[in-house]
Amino acid sequence: MAYSEKVVDHYNNPRNVGSLSKEDPNVGTGLVGAPECGDVMKLQMRINPETQVIEEAKFKTFGCGSAIASSSLATEWVKGKTVEEALAIKNTDIVRELSLPPVKIHCSVLAEDAIKAAIGNWKKKHGVEVPEHEKASH
Amino acid sequence: MAVKLPIYMDNHATTPMDPRVLQAMLPYFTEKFGNAASRNHSFGWAGEEAVETARQQIASLINATPKEIIFTSGATESDNLMLKGVAEMYREKGNHIITQAIEHKAVLDTCKNLEKHGFEVTYLPVQRDGRVDPEDVRKAIRPSTILISIMYANNEIGVINPIAEIGKIAKEHGIFLAVDGVQAVGKIPVDVQKDNIDLLAISGHKIYGPKGVGALYVRRRNPRVQLAAIIDGGGHERGMRSGTLNVTGIVGLGKACEICQQEMPEETKRMLALRKRLKDGLEAKLDETFINGSLEHRLPNNLNMSFAYVEGESLLMGINDVAVSSGSACTSATLEPSYVLKALGVGEDLAHTSIRFGLGRFNTEEEVDYVIDKMVQVVTKLRELSPLYEMAKEGIDISKVKWQIA
Repeated sequence: MAYSEKVVDHYNNPRNVGSLSKEDPNVGTGLVGAPECGDVMKLQMRINPETQVIEEAKFKTFGCGSAIASSSLATEWVKGKTVEEALAIKNTDIVRELSLPPVKIHCSVLAEDAIKAAIGNWKKKHGVEVPEHEKASH
Repeated sequence: MAVKLPIYMDNHATTPMDPRVLQAMLPYFTEKFGNAASRNHSFGWAGEEAVETARQQIASLINATPKEIIFTSGATESDNLMLKGVAEMYREKGNHIITQAIEHKAVLDTCKNLEKHGFEVTYLPVQRDGRVDPEDVRKAIRPSTILISIMYANNEIGVINPIAEIGKIAKEHGIFLAVDGVQAVGKIPVDVQKDNIDLLAISGHKIYGPKGVGALYVRRRNPRVQLAAIIDGGGHERGMRSGTLNVTGIVGLGKACEICQQEMPEETKRMLALRKRLKDGLEAKLDETFINGSLEHRLPNNLNMSFAYVEGESLLMGINDVAVSSGSACTSATLEPSYVLKALGVGEDLAHTSIRFGLGRFNTEEEVDYVIDKMVQVVTKLRELSPLYEMAKEGIDISKVKWQIA
């Protein structure tokens, strides 16, 4: 299978690799996937409670090149966005940007879920209720 | 010495042809192109002579007689022929077949097909080390059992089955033993007499011969095995496999067997040394690596290793100038990790992290060293990227985490 140039680029130079403190009240953590499925993504965001802007995003991913690229791209995209804007990112946007083949679409779904899960975690820390449609589906 | 890239280390998938094999084949494309079935001119005789030489070379490698060798298009056809051929011929005697969980798909899918036609198939489990327990075979035998089909060595983990013990049991019960010998023949001693093998499938391209040619050993004496043909036509190969003989390919297969037989003691030593170098090199520099299947009962050229917390496909992507393969789901269309590793009881998480190294005749120490360095570099990088590695280092038991899955 050939990878798109963008997938290769994210794989070779993953953006925003790392971890933020889970204990920080302004940090939302999303951990989605499962080792037996071959994909686990951890996405973390530091969100300014005043402006609701995502000031920092970090990821770590266990998974194929497309899963790594999807989560790396997700951190790039959410940075500087508001929570509302970040929640509007759809997996299909990721598929298009990375030219993912059909067998790799689940990687983009997982990345979308990771964004939702991280924001959901942050909202929970701040006592905000998470509406059903914002919850991670996987 | 600088190594030439890319490096090929996937010799269970296929092998490069030995130049000596190519040399032996060349005249049969253009000068000696006769049809081996042409009985009335010298072109045909030359073809027939070449085929008989190859039959002798193959028979010699497995301690059979030349008349017991039938040529096919490859081992998938040989596997199909030995299973379907026996099933149809001995249908009145019984309808039960015994095989095991980690056979090659050419055997498993043929068995599935036979089940649709009224046959009953027992798929024996394998032990944790990847081997079939001969006692399980004995217990599975019924009065209606006509065939036992067990591979000599597995194509993913290289684990070698106790074929001689299984052969003894089969013989005691008067049941035929069919063996997929694709990975074993030419690599380790296979003796159809000592092992009591009645049918043995052989491939050309796994032993430095050409693709598109294979052979099937069919025992003629003590007991005589009869086969119903699956390809009908001109009655070649004593009616068991019609079709004009692929003389060129057959010459190559014969020559490949001859070289394997002559060089096996030397080659085995070399493969074992290269594998030891590879295994020791990886284990010295990486923690939490696991060998899948028995190391003791294993083909000398195979190493199947899991690198915990690093997904196989992403590993392959990182070592893209080295050709190896992975049991990871992402490399297959099914998104399922290797059924072989699952049958061994390797957790699906570790199955996703496995790499199969298949060493071959033309690999060098320098190549092995390059592969070690590259693997260490990529595994280290990907572990830095792995949330699982981070969790493990924090002391979290990953098997106890409740994962959010659909």
